Amino acid sequence: MKKQADAPKIRSTADLFAVAYQIEADAVDRYTMLADQMDSHNNPELAAVFRDLARAEGIHAEEIRRLAGKLDVKGRADKVAKWKKTESPEAVELGAAHYLMTRREALQLALAGEQRALAYFQQVAESVADPGIKELAKKFAEEEAEHVELCHRLLKKYPASETAPFDPDPGISQG
Amino acid sequence: MNAEVRVARKASDYKSDITPIWCPGCGDYHVLLSLTKALAELGLPQEQTALISGIGCSSRIPAYTSCYGFHGVHGRALAVAAGLKVARPDLTVLVASGDGDGYSIGGNHFLHACRRNVDMTYIVMDNHIYGMTKGQPSPTTEPDFDTALSPGGTGLRPFNPLAIALASGANFVARAFSGNVSETTSIIVDAIRHPGFSFVEVLSPCVTFRPDQKVWKSMVRAAPVAVTSDPARAARRLMSDDGFNLGVLYRGDRRPYKPGMGGQSCDLTELEKEFEL
Amino acid sequence: MAEVSSISVAFVGSGGAGVLTTGGMLLEAACSTGWSGLLTRSVGPQIRGGEAAALVRLAARTVECHSDRFDLLLAVDWNNAHRFDAEIPLGSESLVISDPQGGPVPRFVAAAGARIVDVPMKDMTKMNPEWRPNMIALGAAAKLLRFPEDALQRLIEKRFSAKGAAVVSTNLAAARAGAAAVEKLDFPLRLPAPRAGAAKRWLITGNEATGLGAVRGGVRFAAAYPITPASEILEWLAPNLPKVGGVLLQAEDELASINMVIGGSYGGVPALTATSGPGLSLMIEAIGLATAAEVPIVVIDVMRGGPSTGIPTKSEQADLNIAVYGLHGDAPHVVVAPQSVADCLFTTQWATYLAEALQVPALVLSDQFLGQAQTAIERPADVAFVGRRLRAEHISTPYKRYALGGTDVSPMAIPGTPGGQYTADGLTHTERGTPTSTVADHRAQLDKRRDKLDRFVYGDHWATLEGEGELAVLTFGSLTGAAREAISIAGASGHAVRLIAPRLLAPTRPQEMAAALAGVKRLLVVEQTHSAQFHAYLRAHYDLPRDTRVLNRAGPLPILAGDICRALLAKEAA
Repeated sequence: MKKQADAPKIRSTADLFAVAYQIEADAVDRYTMLADQMDSHNNPELAAVFRDLARAEGIHAEEIRRLAGKLDVKGRADKVAKWKKTESPEAVELGAAHYLMTRREALQLALAGEQRALAYFQQVAESVADPGIKELAKKFAEEEAEHVELCHRLLKKYPASETAPFDPDPGISQG
Repeated sequence: MNAEVRVARKASDYKSDITPIWCPGCGDYHVLLSLTKALAELGLPQEQTALISGIGCSSRIPAYTSCYGFHGVHGRALAVAAGLKVARPDLTVLVASGDGDGYSIGGNHFLHACRRNVDMTYIVMDNHIYGMTKGQPSPTTEPDFDTALSPGGTGLRPFNPLAIALASGANFVARAFSGNVSETTSIIVDAIRHPGFSFVEVLSPCVTFRPDQKVWKSMVRAAPVAVTSDPARAARRLMSDDGFNLGVLYRGDRRPYKPGMGGQSCDLTELEKEFEL
Repeated sequence: MAEVSSISVAFVGSGGAGVLTTGGMLLEAACSTGWSGLLTRSVGPQIRGGEAAALVRLAARTVECHSDRFDLLLAVDWNNAHRFDAEIPLGSESLVISDPQGGPVPRFVAAAGARIVDVPMKDMTKMNPEWRPNMIALGAAAKLLRFPEDALQRLIEKRFSAKGAAVVSTNLAAARAGAAAVEKLDFPLRLPAPRAGAAKRWLITGNEATGLGAVRGGVRFAAAYPITPASEILEWLAPNLPKVGGVLLQAEDELASINMVIGGSYGGVPALTATSGPGLSLMIEAIGLATAAEVPIVVIDVMRGGPSTGIPTKSEQADLNIAVYGLHGDAPHVVVAPQSVADCLFTTQWATYLAEALQVPALVLSDQFLGQAQTAIERPADVAFVGRRLRAEHISTPYKRYALGGTDVSPMAIPGTPGGQYTADGLTHTERGTPTSTVADHRAQLDKRRDKLDRFVYGDHWATLEGEGELAVLTFGSLTGAAREAISIAGASGHAVRLIAPRLLAPTRPQEMAAALAGVKRLLVVEQTHSAQFHAYLRAHYDLPRDTRVLNRAGPLPILAGDICRALLAKEAA
């Protein structure tokens, strides 16, 4: 995938732990931002969805940290987990939010993020030579695949027929 | 900038605890991200950085950072910033504005800020509309865009702000797109590092009054040429600029305007000598 | 069951609930039935999706202010509704319709002891996904207020027919479901029967009325810059001026706007701009120019919370000082203030007439409350105030633009008039208009510009004077309605109180004011300013009774009739 050209270089399993951790941490930040936006724009349903997503990603981040053992994943992530052109895979697109967005749309954003993360780990698994890194990358890929599955399951709860919300009130001039 | 022990900083260090009031989906959220990432990359102390703004949705940004901020009146941010930077050359001065605040009522100050070339960085979040007053045309709005105040469109040719900046003498001219967070971050870093007046126009879609700008994502492209330090070459490039070429257009070598504040200090009696009979 | 003179209804909701639209529909349905009403709104800081409150007061006769109690509150949801606690005062008699899924009921509602009844509006839409909670709330409100069966139906048909029959019937069904949900509820208040066969009326906002008043007065050129809360004037003029052969230009800022307006007027076309406090501050220099050069212009200031950027979406009256005193030098000019939504039309038209007749800037002090309020008004009579400038035509002698001796207002040559060429100037000038610095010229022109205003016959329109008695309330602008209602309340308990509301704030009218105040023993000055600007202005120019009290409060809340009545009748001055 062309997006992987700007992804961080993985030279060790430590690097991979750090990057995997950063991916989840970025997701937590992003979903928390979106939850706050939905709160301030009076969409408590969507705020709850994003907070749940943030919580789930937080749990993933903690699992990675635990798996990494004594490694300082946070410190290492600050050094190596940098994407040159795009943002990290699960930092969902802020521009796709909308104060009237539906839960289905929110989950589609999340799904896209998980799919990007899955593709990333698959690409790492394919391209590295070191068997230790390859093994770990495959493990992370499996984990992401489960997340993708979960998103699909959740999406079934919110079928496409959910009536598109609209707001009859016009914008308010504020300045 | 004072010499300091460089502490590793994160973008979140530069955000305040105030949740922005921007509409969900607003491009300015990305700009805030890029700005805070840029400041983290530069390692600038928050207390040494000042962010000046005018009036408009974009101009709300200072309160969302943990730098020193000034939310001034409409269109005059560049003047406030010039005053601050000349009086306090040790500070890093950033200016945030929108296309209405910056190019319309702020137009005059824009010309002169470029000409004066004080060392500061000017970030204009351009969404081709007046968002905060619910949707009037700005100087960069397309001529056929229908609004309540301009039924059927203004029929007026929009500005090319990069051309104005270049012609007026800005020392650094660039365009970014809010959705490309990493690229915008590095352009802002470059702009802040570059001495003199640095101008960065950031295309930042308005989700509420310009839902048509969703296509900007697919219309922006990397400029087909590398940055130049030749203003004539940069000007020629702008001839074929459709407003969606991203990157740094021009990096000049004009000396920043820096009158020596706090330079000398003589006794006041020296000043009084000329009146002595 | 009690018949009351007015009932106050509020809708609150957020995030796309559409309560402002709902309030507007309730008002329109009521007014179409023959009642009268006033709609204002309160909003959060978001551009869309914010918490909002529509505040509606319905009555049989015109209402110009809100009551001090809301009788009915319908909440589509309670998100951030605590923001409106001071603007929606409730009592134990108030009825609150609440959606149990709308979040916790705010403290101010519970604390008032109001009766809270659950109506599951959101749940009801689950059964019919096309229904909207706000339409359910609208139906419920119409039912509780005992609207005639077809009132809401006709409105829904009118509003939604363009979207197709299916949308009409969906909204009708939702409204009916709302009505059914409250059928058993006892809401003991009832309005008097609506006036049958009432003359054709208009539903209009103050800003729209201002725009139309300008056009009626002869304005055909406008240049302006968007600013809250004046933009609606511009948005009305933009498509409508061209229909009468005029033009509106959006300028790059207020400095350009005011100078464009001066240019248009110099060319002979009655011209106008509209702004708010911050914009007026920018325009001050050019208004001085128009004053000195005797170029007629109309400047609307829809006042908002100040100072500086202030509170853009709220009302205040504290631009009075800058309107009357803001010009540097001695530069007398006209300042008028409309007193109601309907009066926005008359006063703007009158201002245009005065500006043209006197060749002077006329500032119109409207405010956010009036500008953005919507109400039903009688179709305003066509009045004879159409701007007509004294023009110099058929000029044979060397033309003196600022000629003295004769009429105070000197004929103005419009470009294109042979022999009338002159250079307009802000510099102190001679009769011919050329720059001068002599004592005689300076004084003569200062006298001319002062005398033309002071000697003009403004007639009864200079102020609203009502009632008799030794007590009086003196106010201006949007507070006139509340003052009138306060006086009515005082009258009901045996106090005779006069209302004095100057429409013409500058130039001052010493003789007329003395006559209006003759016999007043106690005066209450009422104004929405923090520093009592109006009181200071009155003191500077008029003789006030010894017992003069001041009720002054900054925004953002309006001053209500009850507040005014209490301040007026209190034994001791506060």
